[in-house]
Amino acid sequence: MLVVNKENFALEVLEAEGPVLVDFFGDGCVPCQALLPDIEALAEKYEGKLKFCKLNTTQARRLAIGQKVLGLPTIAIYKSGEKIAEVTKDDATKVNIEDMITRIIG
Amino acid sequence: MRHRETGSPHLLGVSIVHAIPMSKEKKGMKLTVKIYDVIIIGAGPAGLAAGLYASRSKLDVVLFEKKTPGGQIVITDDIANYPGAPAESTGPSLIARMVAQAEEFGAIIIKDEIIDFDFSGKVKVVKSAHDEYQAKTVIIANGGKPKLIGCPNEQELTGKGVSYCATCDADFFTDLEVFVIGGGDAAVEEAMYLTKFARKVTIVHRRDQLRAAKSIVEKAKTFKNLEYLWDTVVEEIKGDGMVESCVFRNVKTGDLTEHFADENDGTFGIFPFIGFDPVSSIYKGKLNMNDAGYIITDENMLTNIPGVFAAGDIREKQLRQVVTATADGAIAAVAAEKYIMANE
Repeated sequence: MLVVNKENFALEVLEAEGPVLVDFFGDGCVPCQALLPDIEALAEKYEGKLKFCKLNTTQARRLAIGQKVLGLPTIAIYKSGEKIAEVTKDDATKVNIEDMITRIIG
Repeated sequence: MRHRETGSPHLLGVSIVHAIPMSKEKKGMKLTVKIYDVIIIGAGPAGLAAGLYASRSKLDVVLFEKKTPGGQIVITDDIANYPGAPAESTGPSLIARMVAQAEEFGAIIIKDEIIDFDFSGKVKVVKSAHDEYQAKTVIIANGGKPKLIGCPNEQELTGKGVSYCATCDADFFTDLEVFVIGGGDAAVEEAMYLTKFARKVTIVHRRDQLRAAKSIVEKAKTFKNLEYLWDTVVEEIKGDGMVESCVFRNVKTGDLTEHFADENDGTFGIFPFIGFDPVSSIYKGKLNMNDAGYIITDENMLTNIPGVFAAGDIREKQLRQVVTATADGAIAAVAAEKYIMANE
C-alpha cells in the first residue's frame, strides 16, 4: 500500500489515473490498526485493479478535514479527483469495504 | 484444525488466526466435525476472562471476535479503577495483557462474526457468514455498543463531526470546539481527554448536575477549557457533509437554541457518551432478555438454555465495568466446565 501524506496526496490520489482507495487512519486509533490487515489483504486481492493508499491523518489533519474526513477509520474511493464513495466507523468492515470496491470497479 | 496465519503484524500482541474448521464435505469424503468444549462469542474482557479460565481448565476453547479483542475498553486512554491495573494503564495495554494470558493457556481467538446459531441440540452450533462451528457449551459475551442520541442526522454525520471514540478522533478537533453529550463517568472522562486537543469542551447534560463519580467531578473542575450546558439535550444535528450546527433543547423550558460552528472553524465535534446498548439482536426470541435487550441469567451466568451462558455487558446487571465483566467471564467458564462434566 502506498503511503500518502499532505505533500503527495494531490499527485497520488486526486490526479491519479483510475480509481484510488484511501485508508484514513491515525496514531491513536485502535480500530484503525485492527482494520489494517483486512485492507492489506484487499490490496493484495485487487492488485492491478485498484490503487491502495493510506494516510496518517494525525500528521495531515487539515488535509483530512478538507476531504471532509473527521472520523476514523474512514475508507474512501476517489476517481478523477473526487471522493465517490466511503465507509466510516462501524460501517468500515471488510465486507462493506469489499462491496464498495466491487461496486466501483465492477 | 488447519490454520492459516494472516501474516499481519501482531496487534496488541495477538496473532489473529483465521482457522478453517474441518466441517466441509469434500468430494464424498466427510471430514470429522470438531466439537469444542467452549465457544465464546466476543473477545472483550468478559470473553477473555472466560477464555483464560476455561483454557486453564484444559478445555478446548475458541473465541470469536468480529473486530479486535477488547471491546469497548480499547478506545479508552486511561483506566484508573480496574483493581490491580498498573498506574498509566490504558484500555489497549490492559486488554493486551488479558489476551496474552488467555493465549498462554491455549485459548484461540478467531476473527469472524457469529451471525446465527442453533442451541436446540446437545451440541451447540454457531454460524458465521461462511463457516459453522460446534461446541458442548457457549458463552455469549457480545458486550455493548454506544447508545445513539437518536436525533436527526446523527448517523449521517457520524465520522463527520459526530464520534463515539475520543481517542480515535480528538486530533481532528485540535483548536476547535467540542460538545460532549452525557453526564456520567465516561462523558466526563472523555471530555477531560478532549480538553487536551480542543480549544473548548462543553459537557451537555440533561440534568443539572453530573452523575459521574465525585472524584471525577472534582477533577473536571480543574480544567479551564471545560464548560457545562445543563438541563440540555441535543434535538438535531445539521450540516452538509460535515457538522455545521446543532440544535439544543432545554428540557425544563423547552427552548431551542441553535449553535453554529465558528466562522473560522467551519465545524465542531459532537461526542455522545450516554451509555451502551446490548449487542443482542440475534438472540431475540431465543434467549430470555429484559425489555432493553439485556440477557437474563442466574448467578452462575446460565441463560434459559442449558449449556448456554452469558457474561459481561450483555447481561442484565447493575454495574457494567471491566471488573464485573471479567468476574462474569470466570464464573461462566467454571459453570461451563461443571456442565460439561455433569453431561459427559
